[in-house]
Amino acid sequence: MNPKLKEALNNRILILDGAMGTMIQRHRLDEAAYRGDRFRDWPRDVKGNNDLLTLTQPDIIKDIHGQYFAAGADMVESNSFNSTRVSQADYGMEELAFELNREGAKIAREVADDFSSREPDKPRFVVGTLGPTSRTASLSPDVNNPAFRNISFDELAENYGESARGLIEGGADIIMIETIFDTLNAKAAIFALKKTFAEMNRELPVMISGTITDASGRTLSGQTAEAFWYSVRHANPLSIGFNCALGARDLRQHIVSVSKIADCYVSAHPNAGLPNEMGEYDESPSDMAGQIKEWATSGLLNIVGGCCGTEPAHITAIAEAVSGISPRRIPEIDRHIRLAGLEPFEVIQQ
Amino acid sequence: MKKSPIFINIGERTNVTGSARFKKLIMNGDFAAALDVARQQVEAGAQIIDVNMDEAMLDSEQAMVTFLNLIASEPDISRVPVMIDSSKWSVIEAGLKCVQGKAVVNSISLKEGREAFIHRARLIRDYGAAAVVMAFDEQGQADTMARKVEICTNSYNILVNEADFPPEDIIFDPNIFAVATGIEEHNNYSVDFIEATRIIKQTLPFCHISGGVSNVSFSFRGNNPVREAMHSVFLYHAIAAGMDMGIVNAGLITVYSEIDDDLRMRVEDVILNRRADATDRLLEIAEKYRGEKGVQITEDLSWRDKPVTERLSHALVKGITTYIDEDTEEARQQFDAALEVIEGPLMDGMNIVGDLFGSGQMFLPQVVKSARVMKQAVAWLLPFIEQEKAKSGDISTKGKILMATVKGDVHDIGKNIVGVVLQCNNYEIVDLGVMVPYEKILKTALEEKVDIIGLSGLITPSLEEMAQVASEMQREKFTIPVMIGGATTSKVHTAVKIAPNYTHPVIHVLDASRAVGVASNLLSENLKEDYVAKVANEYQAVRDRHARGKKTKDRISIGDCRDNKFPIDWTDYTPPKPSFLGLKSFAEYDLGQLVDYIDWTPFFRTWELAGNYPKILKDEVVGEIASNLFRDAEAMLRLIQDEGWLTARAVIGFWPANAVGDDVTLYTDDSREKILETVPFLRQQIRKREGSYNMCLADYIAPEGMGKADYLGGFAVTAGIGIEDKLKEFQAKFDDFNDILLKSLADRLAEAFAEHMHEMVRREYWGYAPDERLTNEELVRERYDGIRPAPGYPACPDHTTKPELFTLLNATENAGIILTDSMAMMPASSVSGYYFSHPKAQYFGIGKIGEDQVADYAKRRGLDIAYVKRWLASNIV
Repeated sequence: MNPKLKEALNNRILILDGAMGTMIQRHRLDEAAYRGDRFRDWPRDVKGNNDLLTLTQPDIIKDIHGQYFAAGADMVESNSFNSTRVSQADYGMEELAFELNREGAKIAREVADDFSSREPDKPRFVVGTLGPTSRTASLSPDVNNPAFRNISFDELAENYGESARGLIEGGADIIMIETIFDTLNAKAAIFALKKTFAEMNRELPVMISGTITDASGRTLSGQTAEAFWYSVRHANPLSIGFNCALGARDLRQHIVSVSKIADCYVSAHPNAGLPNEMGEYDESPSDMAGQIKEWATSGLLNIVGGCCGTEPAHITAIAEAVSGISPRRIPEIDRHIRLAGLEPFEVIQQ
Repeated sequence: MKKSPIFINIGERTNVTGSARFKKLIMNGDFAAALDVARQQVEAGAQIIDVNMDEAMLDSEQAMVTFLNLIASEPDISRVPVMIDSSKWSVIEAGLKCVQGKAVVNSISLKEGREAFIHRARLIRDYGAAAVVMAFDEQGQADTMARKVEICTNSYNILVNEADFPPEDIIFDPNIFAVATGIEEHNNYSVDFIEATRIIKQTLPFCHISGGVSNVSFSFRGNNPVREAMHSVFLYHAIAAGMDMGIVNAGLITVYSEIDDDLRMRVEDVILNRRADATDRLLEIAEKYRGEKGVQITEDLSWRDKPVTERLSHALVKGITTYIDEDTEEARQQFDAALEVIEGPLMDGMNIVGDLFGSGQMFLPQVVKSARVMKQAVAWLLPFIEQEKAKSGDISTKGKILMATVKGDVHDIGKNIVGVVLQCNNYEIVDLGVMVPYEKILKTALEEKVDIIGLSGLITPSLEEMAQVASEMQREKFTIPVMIGGATTSKVHTAVKIAPNYTHPVIHVLDASRAVGVASNLLSENLKEDYVAKVANEYQAVRDRHARGKKTKDRISIGDCRDNKFPIDWTDYTPPKPSFLGLKSFAEYDLGQLVDYIDWTPFFRTWELAGNYPKILKDEVVGEIASNLFRDAEAMLRLIQDEGWLTARAVIGFWPANAVGDDVTLYTDDSREKILETVPFLRQQIRKREGSYNMCLADYIAPEGMGKADYLGGFAVTAGIGIEDKLKEFQAKFDDFNDILLKSLADRLAEAFAEHMHEMVRREYWGYAPDERLTNEELVRERYDGIRPAPGYPACPDHTTKPELFTLLNATENAGIILTDSMAMMPASSVSGYYFSHPKAQYFGIGKIGEDQVADYAKRRGLDIAYVKRWLASNIV
């Protein structure tokens, strides 16, 4: 692992960036802007394929990364949330998957290096993002056939392996498996990462961030926060945490749960509150930062940022709020077998 | 703290090699029924389910994938981890790609050489699973202790050092083989297993030991009583040696201590290989047990010769479930329709039970057991009734009663007892459970067309909620009667606070034995009118009396009360300092330590058996029943401990404190500069005779400004963690008796825990009475210094101070207890309160308080007067 990253994590709470989609929306790009020159004649509509902007509007993406670094972020996520073969299939762009990841990481790298060289006391890092894909390996899309799956573990592992290779070649410091709805997808990603690291003979730290979908307190595939952690712990990740779906208020209890039992760092990037009647996220930077500050003083956090609806102003407020507060100390966890179904199962040794 | 031994029960019935039934279902592609098998296992308490599809005529890989995918869409099955069991690696790998949780692979070994072993172990690690490792290598399966230890040690070193496999994820299976086969070489097999287990657990850190237990008794196939005894004796010794998991059919095991002495001794001789003729000696007596239930052999079975209808009533009256399925089936075949069995012999039997109970010849514990028999028989008949439904109408009952514990309250022992008693008397019960909001009560009442609504609650805020339900019923123009029950409810409260909200009958039911009388009066065409009128008159009289009482009761102003506070001379008194300040939490407290502290008298009261323990056991009228119940309770207490049904947790805390008026101020530390919290108390307001005082708990704490460093303690204890799983298991078996028994025992254990913790506080943690040695009876009589009053109880009746207490203690995280909207604690078997150390501190009741104190108290707490009034309703004139 990058020694600067290790040092930074030991000394302070690191700040992750905010939403990419929210920032892109501000530009109100049309179909032509998404296509750029290179895909002028692409046979399908590509508007909405935000990851494609890495190739067609790189300056916009760079500018967004720059705004987040300037706002106080220590790390930005590459613009590669949907850059897997299976997700790009919606636009017929499967063949671009590798390139989107490599270029996505590369752009973020350039901006990060620029900031790091200007402020050597505050090294900036690039998080290569692996999103959840549009399919789930442990849920059936066909209500009449619950044993059916529209994607297999092996397909997912291949997809993730290809994307990860792109992110690594593009210069990512960290790989983050994020917005995990279905733990089996994440396990395929972990399996792929282990294989890719071995093949490339280069191992990057891995961040894992799940998504608790609603007030049920479970992932979409039905696991509790604890069961989720026990199911992915074999990745020996740099961090475990949650993002998206919930605002800070509702996410807190789940961060508390993993914070107590995880022998790695803990991350969180909640949404800017819950969507209002208009479907918009409207929690103000100071409201959100106020809650995050309490998390930090309660010793829950190592890495924090924002998901849907958060903007540079949120990141600035959060960075200021947690500045000077000690990061969470990794607890000593007894060695026990810890299994999981949808719920955790722990066997305490005599 | 000592951790009690834990044995993990792995369900074995979803295994085609072990279950003929499951195999048939899979071979026929009947996955729906196969899923039911898995579900039943989880409901019956399997903590992991073993899935095995190794059958030559089957595409095992495909079957494994299909079954695991199906399980994934069944949350009540997939909540537990899966054990992917196959002798084929390809099947295992296919299975690992289907499970999102952390599974266990069963199994890998050195059988196919070191390279394959390492390769597979690494893959298992990367898929994120644990592994069962068989004591097997290229030379074969280990049979002696030395070989078992050698192979396991070798495997362990390879796994940990070369495959980077986490040692805690290794589960060794050192092979359980059949004993008493007649072949001399086999005689030591179980000793080999047990001793190997001991050495492996001592020398290979963090690993686990598992095994297929039923192998050991293979030579006694067809003789389940002997097999059960062998399994339980084997496990008794193997668990002591360190075995911590096993594939066990939970139905094929008895309680070690309940095995017939002679049988146990002979089985033990075989398992422990204690004498050369052990096998012969077991064979000598084995036949005697075949086809019988080990523990019941001395029972008088002459009733079994009677006709089936008489056998059914016998079983109902005596509460015997052993033969109920076969007897019910036999009766069903004799009748034209299954429904007739219910309406005929079963209802006849229950009528006898109802009569005996009504005339005081049967008691509640027996009635609940009878109900269990009835429910089991009905469950047997239900599928047949469904089939017959086309030709028959609905079962006619005396009426349909909705029962619910109201919103915010989690206590349901009393409600369940009333439900059982009513069912015994042929009422149909719609039980909505606990914490039921009024919307749901009203909606269900309409949908189900019920005849009566029964509301239950234990804590005082539930009284308000019941009044709310009554007003809502009025608003929605209901006309059906309401029955009110529960420990804090009373005729006065019902008449004064609930009945006026609803123009139709609202009737308080004192205890379960009155419920039938009330219900039958309310639903009788002839009697209803008179009965309702009579109750209405009675309640009006109660209201009048209450209104008069209000005027005549002599209350004095809160200011005068404070002048008459409890006098303590602080000048020469130094309050004791606790051994620590801040919090101390106790995870998994040893239940064994609590059993001796149980106060049994309230336990019998729960079961409506009147009398003090232990005298009640010899009581002329209820002595025998009480003794039987006590025996059942003790047996369950053993299981609670041995099988870890319940977990006890606690947190206590001490804070620097001084009294400021009727408040107690807590400080962050002994410098007493920064205020941590203010705990407000109420004061008695009734006019006192000369020489008695208007008590307030704050009087027991040294007042601020006297230079006395005093302290307040707080606690929250629970004995109810884990109870839900077990209750679900009982409910699935229609076992009201054990359901109620477990809840009432958990309540007792929680009280015992509070008593024990208070003693530890006095002797050690606060430490002001290090030499105190009291008997349980003296404890019950409170012959000690200091008190532990609980919010919501007479000395400090305001439930709404609980959230602050919980925050101070961080009780949810430290003890796993949460508070509901109505300030009830969950799990229900929990106790929380304050500790006061002053030797003169004693319990008292606040009684009724005046408007002036309500206003003053609301102001002190910064709360709305209306809010305070609502919560203190029962203390307000």
